[in-house]
Amino acid sequence: MSLIASSGSRPSTLTTSPHDHNGRNTAWIMQQVLLSMLPGIVALTGFFGWGTLLNLIIACATAVACEAAMVALRKRSVSFYLRDCSALVTALLIAVTLPPLAPWWLTVIATGVAIIIAKHLYGGLGYNPFNPAMVGYVVVLISFPVPVTAWPAPQPLLASGQELLGLWESLYHVFPFLAGAEGHIDAMTAATPLDVFKHNHSLMVDQFYEVTPVFTHGYWAGAGWEWVNLGFLAGGLYLLYRKVFTWHGPVAMLAALAVLAIVFYDGGSSVSKGPLSLHLLSGGTMLGAFFIVTDPVTSAVSNRGRLIYGALIGVLIFVIRSWGNYPDAVAFAVLLMNFAAPFIDYYTLPRTYGHDKPTRATRPQERE
Amino acid sequence: MTTPSPATRSPSTSDVLIPARQVAAQQLWPIPGGVHPPANKQQALGESICTPPLPELLVVPLQQHIGNPATPVVEVGDVVAKGQLIAAPDGALSVGVHAPASGTITALGDYPVPHPSGLSGPCIVLSPDGDERWTERRPIANYAHATPAELLAVIRGAGIAGLGGAGFPSAVKLGSQLPIDTLIINAAECEPYITADDILMRERAADIVLGIQILAHILGQPAQVVIGIEDDKPEAYEILVAACADTTIRLVAFPAKYPSGGEKQLIQLLTGREVPSDQIPAEIGVLCHNVATIYSVARAVVHGEPQISRITTVTGEGCTQPRNYEVLIGTPIRHLLALSGFTASSSERVIMGGPMMGFVLSSLDAPVIKTTNCLLAPSVAEMPPLPPAQACIRCGLCAEACPASLLPQQLLWYSQAGNHARLQAHNLFDCIECGACSYVCPSHIPLVQYYRASKGEIRAKEKERIAADLARQRFAQHQQRMARLQEQREIKRAARRSELAGAIDSHTTTATVSGQPAEDLIQAAARRAAQKQASPAQQLAALERRLVAAQHLRDTAHEKWLAGTVDHLPTAQLDGLRAALEEAELRLQGAHNKLEALRSGQKERPRSHSDNSPDNDGQESP
Repeated sequence: MSLIASSGSRPSTLTTSPHDHNGRNTAWIMQQVLLSMLPGIVALTGFFGWGTLLNLIIACATAVACEAAMVALRKRSVSFYLRDCSALVTALLIAVTLPPLAPWWLTVIATGVAIIIAKHLYGGLGYNPFNPAMVGYVVVLISFPVPVTAWPAPQPLLASGQELLGLWESLYHVFPFLAGAEGHIDAMTAATPLDVFKHNHSLMVDQFYEVTPVFTHGYWAGAGWEWVNLGFLAGGLYLLYRKVFTWHGPVAMLAALAVLAIVFYDGGSSVSKGPLSLHLLSGGTMLGAFFIVTDPVTSAVSNRGRLIYGALIGVLIFVIRSWGNYPDAVAFAVLLMNFAAPFIDYYTLPRTYGHDKPTRATRPQERE
Repeated sequence: MTTPSPATRSPSTSDVLIPARQVAAQQLWPIPGGVHPPANKQQALGESICTPPLPELLVVPLQQHIGNPATPVVEVGDVVAKGQLIAAPDGALSVGVHAPASGTITALGDYPVPHPSGLSGPCIVLSPDGDERWTERRPIANYAHATPAELLAVIRGAGIAGLGGAGFPSAVKLGSQLPIDTLIINAAECEPYITADDILMRERAADIVLGIQILAHILGQPAQVVIGIEDDKPEAYEILVAACADTTIRLVAFPAKYPSGGEKQLIQLLTGREVPSDQIPAEIGVLCHNVATIYSVARAVVHGEPQISRITTVTGEGCTQPRNYEVLIGTPIRHLLALSGFTASSSERVIMGGPMMGFVLSSLDAPVIKTTNCLLAPSVAEMPPLPPAQACIRCGLCAEACPASLLPQQLLWYSQAGNHARLQAHNLFDCIECGACSYVCPSHIPLVQYYRASKGEIRAKEKERIAADLARQRFAQHQQRMARLQEQREIKRAARRSELAGAIDSHTTTATVSGQPAEDLIQAAARRAAQKQASPAQQLAALERRLVAAQHLRDTAHEKWLAGTVDHLPTAQLDGLRAALEEAELRLQGAHNKLEALRSGQKERPRSHSDNSPDNDGQESP
């Protein structure tokens, strides 16, 4: 190094190749994800009222606070870690998963569990084996099933003269202590299309669609819900276009779900497991396909692995929806497959250049 | 073979491309992955190739290639002519070094050399006299009349090593003896900023075509000879089309994408064949040479000029006048940069090579060597230092960019964990270190650096393991030998015992027959034996001498054998050495046993003597 000093030249730091970078960073990816959730959030707000936005604000505040606290506890730079925006993505996912007008503490608990337990106790961003938002959601779903399943009626379902709750009413609803004892207003709730359909045991699908308000007010899969799903589909397509993720996971999941829906449609009989449109455009299908399945940290890593991972999630969703106790199943299906992701990875290595076939990650070390 | 060979790349906004019609007309086998960094090629292409003035000193490193460093054949004070051999190749995998100019050798010693380690290396320092007095050149007037062996000798003698970046001795690559059906000329130059090959093709196309024909001649006219060029070099393409008009050389243009100029990638792109892991392209009948190397071959054969200069691009915003130079090997980089308007304040670092695979020079006093295709002095704004790395979110952008279809995110994971078995199962050693993964990593993780470190660790461990295996083998053989010896001794002992028993029997019989008392015979035998041992002290000394001699013999044999294994001598020779060693060991063991026997005998004898042999009194001296 004395030579460098004596020659008075380069460089203070020795960097290694490559010396150039395309300029994209993690924060950019997270911001793209946040941006692409807009159509879905707009649809949710349009059909279900202010509740989603309130969820969003509470979840974001909780997420940032928890993230900052955990990072500080772990003695890292808070500003550096907050800048990656990953906590906000978790917060948004929880905000759109929980029913609008959910009490504030529900959102706080779900978000807190997601950030503190599911994310930071496992080592923070990049190290969590389970999708934090789904863990947070499932924890409150199991612990507080009543408020978590109480979805307000979508706007088209309201009787004439009725309207969605206004901002102040919504606020009082979410923060009951603001309103005091007598100011409390109950929002009208309605079962979700998947829930409604699950409880049909006697009618043909066509008949059922004709007599059930949530379907008569919608085009394909239930009033409001279909638009929420289309909103998330649009956001997902945008992310695909920006190459934030590859098509493999979402397409595999939707395809598996679609195939099973077609197979078990049963010609629309009374034991039908529901039409294709219901499965694709209701519940959390599109949100799951484009925002949960694609979570890179907790999914399989190779394209082949993501095909399998996605497809199995699709299968699980259908199985739980059709034969399980829950009307929707995205969260459970995703969490179950999170378990399996490392295993899938072992067996789905791509074929490397110069090799005849793909290797297995568990291949014993070659000895010469 | 792990480094993509040469070259360079680039698409980009402003560049004129080769018409898509021409590109589409060629059959290509698209390679997976790849990235499209901004090409930045126009900056240095504004002017034609320029010859810089002679520097005051030329510092010529002995190692500018893959293989053994060359051995100096000059002394300080020697006056040399331009092109004279100043360091001879050391062994088959090595190339010689020639004087880039006529002048005086002023020093031999360690000087800064361009190497990622930043370490110094042995160099020959030459003070040019400006006479440009050439050594005797022996051009070959018509290469077609020369045998491949003669041409290979010329290429080897000219000290040509792959100019694309790897610096592999060209004559070794060409002389592999494997049947070659496809000769690929790498004119891709896929790495951004570098235009050395581009401008060479524009200005010296005739020599390049000649060089290709010479190579084809050496290889016995392979079935196809293809030049692979990226579509962002339309001028060079047009010129080559004209130059190749009357030949069978096929020119294939393909869309610019980094790293399509990597040797393995280019072979895949042009032939659809993949070089099997751990093998060289020649094993699938393909040979790939960089266009600049081809030019050097032509100069060596047709003009008798050894490799003493090359085309180097000097570019980057740190240089006010980026351009291409035909620069003498050994020219200090500082000299070249100064000509291009570089000042110490204008750039934070100077990179040798391109932005994707080059390395930062630790000293600007280091010279230009045979593999210096580019000197890049980017401004801070042009290539800002990377922010600190964030955690990997396994987004998979790296896997999408990897031209070798690896899973960089998994490799990173196992690299951090030091899990070498998993790294190898994920084919770490198929990584060509092109840097595409790091280029796209949104978490700014220096992925390639992790892989380099892990490769180094695994190689070091492998070496250790081989050494340990060798030791274990040696020990096992030793045990076997000892067991064999023991067995032989047992057999001998048993034979002797039965012999003795037989002898006593016969004596008894004889005695009975002859009527002589048997006791006399036994006593006589005992007396004879005792006489033999008359001077135990002398005997002991003699045996000890024998032991020392045997020990020495064994040590020498052992050393020879060890040296033999280290030098990788042929098996037959090694076997001979091992046999000698075993024999020496046997002898040592024998001497040792005898000495032990004598010593224990001395200890025991006095007792036996006093106990029960009063007869022997007079003969034994305790």
